[in-house]
This record gives sequence, structure tokens and C-alpha cells, in this order.
Amino acid sequence: MKRLSSIEELQHFQRAILESRDPGRLGVRICMTGCRAFGAVEVRDAFKASVAENGLTDKVDIVETGCHGFCARAPVAAIDPYGFFYQQISPKDVPLIVKESIMEGKPVEKILYKDPKSAQPVALEKDVPFYREQMKIVLRNCGRIDPTNMEDYVARDGYRAIAKVLSSMTPDEVIEEVIRSGLRGRGGAGFSTGTKWRFARNSAGDMKYVICNADEGDPGAFMDRAVLEGDPHTVIEGMLVAAYAIGAKEGYIYVRAEYPIAVTHVKKAVADARAMGLLGERILGCDFSFDIRIKEGAGAFVCGEETALIASIEGRRGMPRTRPPFPAVSGLWGKPTNINNVETFANVAPIIHRGAGWYAGLGTEKSKGTKIFALAGKINNTGLVEVPMGITLERIIFDIGGGIPGGKKFKAAQTGGPSGGCIPASLVSLPIDYDSLTAAGAIMGSGGLVIMDENTCMVDLAKYFLNFTRDESCGKCVPCRIGTKRMLETLTRITEGKGEMEDLETMKELGSMVKDASLCGLGQTAPNPVLTTLNYFYDEYRAHIEEKRCPAGVCKALIHYLVDPEKCKGCGVCRKACPQGAVSGKTKEAHVIDAALCIKCGICYNECKFDAIQVA
Amino acid sequence: MFLNSCNGGIMAEKIDLSRVEEVLKRRGKEEGALIPVLQEVQALFRYLPEEALEMIGRRLNVPLSRIYGVVTFYSQFYLTPRGKHVIKSCQGTACHVRGGQGALEALSRELKLKQGETTEDLNFTLETVACLGTCFLAPVIMVDNDYYGKLTPKRAVDALKKYRTDAITKRGLKDETAVVD
Repeated sequence: MKRLSSIEELQHFQRAILESRDPGRLGVRICMTGCRAFGAVEVRDAFKASVAENGLTDKVDIVETGCHGFCARAPVAAIDPYGFFYQQISPKDVPLIVKESIMEGKPVEKILYKDPKSAQPVALEKDVPFYREQMKIVLRNCGRIDPTNMEDYVARDGYRAIAKVLSSMTPDEVIEEVIRSGLRGRGGAGFSTGTKWRFARNSAGDMKYVICNADEGDPGAFMDRAVLEGDPHTVIEGMLVAAYAIGAKEGYIYVRAEYPIAVTHVKKAVADARAMGLLGERILGCDFSFDIRIKEGAGAFVCGEETALIASIEGRRGMPRTRPPFPAVSGLWGKPTNINNVETFANVAPIIHRGAGWYAGLGTEKSKGTKIFALAGKINNTGLVEVPMGITLERIIFDIGGGIPGGKKFKAAQTGGPSGGCIPASLVSLPIDYDSLTAAGAIMGSGGLVIMDENTCMVDLAKYFLNFTRDESCGKCVPCRIGTKRMLETLTRITEGKGEMEDLETMKELGSMVKDASLCGLGQTAPNPVLTTLNYFYDEYRAHIEEKRCPAGVCKALIHYLVDPEKCKGCGVCRKACPQGAVSGKTKEAHVIDAALCIKCGICYNECKFDAIQVA
Repeated sequence: MFLNSCNGGIMAEKIDLSRVEEVLKRRGKEEGALIPVLQEVQALFRYLPEEALEMIGRRLNVPLSRIYGVVTFYSQFYLTPRGKHVIKSCQGTACHVRGGQGALEALSRELKLKQGETTEDLNFTLETVACLGTCFLAPVIMVDNDYYGKLTPKRAVDALKKYRTDAITKRGLKDETAVVD
């Protein structure tokens, strides 16, 4: 690759790539990130072998892409130029796909997605209900391009936003454009991105920094991972635009080390961009220099907070400090610093490229654009979805998410991870945007959306989150350090059947105190899971306390396992699987569980094929 | 001396400090070098030996007390040797609501380890991780770099088979949920 030394050269480069590519060319786009865990490597190898066997190696591209989003159906692949979408592919299916789809242009029915409503197979990717309802702006390239091949990104208008900015916009115009677009921070708090840039621009100083917060730590959120793995250049381009706008020369991507593929792809993208003259001195021959370094996180949730993240880059314990001064005034090494999240940066290039007016026309009055949600938990279509702001929870869960597995009832959705709250089924028509979620006591957060059914205990869930925040509290300020611990102790007592009704009032009081008095966002939001569940699922708390009963059958101290003699076939699977020897019974006769020996590990419940083990 | 010199009766291997030297040469000069240096040194030894930390402190001019502060703050750093195979049990929300606790408890019983502990033969370390970001696999564990998803307590224990020192190699050990890249 030749270093690009002017904007014209970038344009020529894109044109040359497009001219060398045949839009009708045959291709297999296979997810090689999340789908790896379901055998994508074997499927890819099978494609390579089968294509070679048929003498098609020169005619068919095998493109290793990032996430296609439909993780529940992994491994997935799409066949170009037809757009056939295959799911749960086994290497054994591959020769048939090559023969029928690639060579003859016909879909292979047995591995197509079947619409559960109509029971009809859906041949094309764009017609699959999971994709049909989405609007992909941030994820426009994920699953379409090879993230390790910069030409793929440039071919799809990559780096045109920075070219536009450098050739025709002043920094103030860029900031104005981003403000007009209405883009708000996707990391959780939802602050206006353009306004944040303006603060950093207005701070005096010859050295300024741009940091990409890629320390995605919310349990249940994986969109930043997908963007970094599937389209790293779009993040770099967003950082470039930000750097130009605020006048920064250096940048950092602070990425979670638990994401090895993301780290590899980002490192490669930065090296490639540098080699092409899109990072470094005098970018595209203009009077603008910017370079990016990568820092791997070392495993601390609180480092998602911006002052803690800065401390971590500086090589210290990642503990937040009081603000002001805000990082825009005094950040990394005491210099003005602008920090945005991965998804925020990924929105920037489309906004510049297509204009603020276009972007501001999407979403709701105060929440513009789209948001990516990581759908997980008790939902059929686990995966990543990008939807316009303001869509209802109901449409996400039922139209895109395919509803709840096993015909169970939808009970609640948890948004925003440990900082968020639980939205009950009664609010299923709530529009999802920053302000509606806040009004419901939850937050948008990073976009984790964990769905719960009737078998999820909300008290246990609150306890789970408090356990997380208690562990991750850095310990610097008292309200967070001790407040989360006390709330956790109270919740633990309740789940053990030792709670009292007055505990609930105490928790409410303590929760609001921790919210008000904690130093950083971690503590300020930590009580949310408790307060929202207390608000919406008060009866469930009361059942634990007054009746010593866990209605969802989760809290161990309040349940016991027993065998339904009607359903038990006496197969002996539970007897053999029980680690305590608590199950006894003769073959082909109903078994019994000795409650004194049982440790409630649930193995028998999971292993029984006849639903004969019951939780009472 | 802040480290426990006796690692459960296991003799620590002799530490080759020239490898630490090499890391310091390469990365010691950058701003905020401490954490990247610690990460690379840990990658060499699977933990942070005391001799290495003393050397890092001298060379980066950082007091050992501050290094200890940093090492104990971040969950990725270890002051005692870890097992050859590291099991990371995901504690994410999706794993939690899909019964991940049962898988962790089963592993804990099977290996007789609490979280964070290592087997005496230094073969397995059992850890928890806040979230692996693979919620579609829930409940999930990671053994070294392999994911094992959609676990039940029994399948979690089965996933260990191929990593055991006493692994039976004749039988088909490939679990249906096992995915090895």
C-alpha cells in the first residue's frame, strides 16, 4: 500500500478499489468473531476446501467478517451477490451451499432461517425479521467487510468524512455540525457529544488528547466489542474528526484486554492507517497531525469512568477523582482531554458524511440516531441489534428478539447493566430513548438489554448487581464502598429468608443516600437495580420476607427440589448425576431426593429429560 | 516482603530476569509504562514474581509500595503462580439469569477450589470474570482461549476433560458444546 499524501489520492484510491471490484462477484461473508465459539473456523475451512475442490478459488471471495448480529443462530454466513443468509451452519452443510448457492444461485432450504410465526424459510438476509426491523448506521460495515482489510473500509466510503472535514470545514464548523446532529454520548450518561468537544476545544493548551473509551465492562453489553472487531477503522475515523475539532495531536484507545480479537483488529487497523498516511504527521498532506496509541485495560470496571480511565493510562490505580476540573480542562497528564465511547465515535463519520440534518431526522426529539442493544438473557434471538431511538421495548423483544423461549412469560427487561434498572412487563410499550428510560428509573447505559422471564427472581437479580458493584467499587469514597456493602448484606438476608419489612425502607433510604453522595457514576447509579426492583416488584420482596418464599424458585434457602412420582420414569440419570448421593430409587421406579443431603445445586433439575424434578 | 514466599508448598520456578530486562528495554520509556510492563511480564511467567517487581520498581523508579497498589487494584494481576489452564467462569447478567452459578459451583466442587485458587499440581486455576461479552453463549466459561457455552453444571465439569493431566485420550473427548479454535 502506498502512503496517501493528499485528499485527491484518497479519492483515487477509493475509485481504483471500486473499479477493481465486480459488484456481482461471488462471495461468502462469514462471521469470524462471536461465531468462532460455535465452530466458525471449521465452517470457513470447509468453505475454502469445497471452493477449491470445485476449482472456484479465483472466482469466490471468502470474507472473514465481524459480527452479523444474529448470535443466537451462530455460526452464520451470507452468500453474495444473492444475499442468501445461512444459520447454524455445520461444516457438513458447506459442500451443498457451494454446489447449490454459489454455483447455481439457489438457496439451500434446510439451513435457512425459519420464521417461527409463519414456519416459512426466509432465503434473503434482508427479509429475516431479525434484520428487517433494524436500521444499521454504526453497524453498517459489521458483517459486510473484512475488518483487517482497510481497502474494504475505504471502498464503502471510509475516511471520506475526515477528507471532507480537512478540505472544507473549520474545527468550529465540525463541532457545530455534531451539535446540530443531536448526537449524545453512547457510553451511558448521554451528554451532548458536540458540546463536550467544544469544552475541550475552548480549553487553552498546545497539547490535547482524544481518548476512546473501549473498556466495555457492563455485564451484558457487547456492542463495543462488535464494533472494534468488525469495523475498527470507523472508530479511528471518528477519533480523527474529534482530534481535528478540538485540536488534539495524540490519542489513546483504552481497550479491554478480555477482548483479544478486538485488541488484534484495532492494533492492525491503527498500523494500517498509519502506513497509509491517515494517522501520523500531516494527514492527507494537510496541516493536521494525529496519532493513536493502544492501551489495554487490566481488569477494573471502574476504569470506564473517565477520570479513573485517565489514571489507569497514566499507570496508576484506576480511581476516579472529583470533577471539576473536568477532563476537558485537565485530563491526561493534566492536559485538556476529550473522552468518548466506541459507539459514539462510530457515529461520527456517517454524521459528517451524510450531514447533521439527516441524522437529526432519525430518532426522537431529544434522542437522535440509532442505538445498538445487546439482547441477552431469556430471549430467543440473542444478539446485537441497532434500532432507531424511540422504538418500543415491545418491538425489540418480540418483533426483533423473537420473544421468550419455551413459551414463558416476559417479566422484565434490565437496561444499562449494574447502573441501570429493571423495566417491568407493564411498561413494555415504553419508547426506548435516554429520557423515557431515566423517567422509568433505569438508564440507557451502554445498551445491555437482558431479558427476564417468570423464572428470574428480581430480589436475586438486585443482589447479583449489588454484589458486582460492591466488588468493583474502588473504595475511595465512603457512600459507595460501605453503602453497596450494607445493601448487599440486606439483600442477602432477604434471599435467605431472614429479612424484615423494615429492611425495605432502610434500603430505599440508603439507596438514595448512595446515589446522592457517591463520588462517581459507579456509586451514583449502583442503587438503581435495587430501587427499580423495589418499585416495580415490591410483592416479590414481600414474599421473600413475610412468606419466606421465592416465587421464581431461585433463592436456594427458600426452595427445595422434589421428584414428581407421576413424571419420573426411574431412568436413574439424576441419581447418577447427583454429587451428594441425595437421590435414591430403583430403576424404572420413581426416585426420591433426601432433603437433608441435598445442596440444591440443580444438577438433577437440569439433567432430567422428563421434567420430573420440581422446585418448590 | 509483601509476597507469600511459600506458595502452598510448591517450589516456584527460577525466575529468568533477563526476560524482564528485555520488556523493560522495549517498553520502559513510554509514558505510563508501569501497567503495560506489568502486563507483559505477567504474560511471561503467568504471574508477577517478586524479583521481577523489585527490578521493575528500580528501573522505572516507582516505589514497590505503589506497584503493590496497582497490582492489587486490577483483577488481571497475580502475585502467586497460576495454573497451566485457567478457567474463567463468566458472572455476567445473562449467565446469571441462565443459571451460571450452578456451573461455577459444580466446577468448584469438582476441583475442590474456591474462586481465585489453583490446584496443587498447578494444572487448573478457577477464576470468575465480570463478563466475557459472549452473552449469546450463556452460561459460559472460558478455559484458556476456548469458549464452552450453554452449560449445565454437568457439562461444565465435562468441559475440563481434555485439560486434565489424567486425561483419557482414547475416548472421544470432544464435547458437543466444546468449541476449540
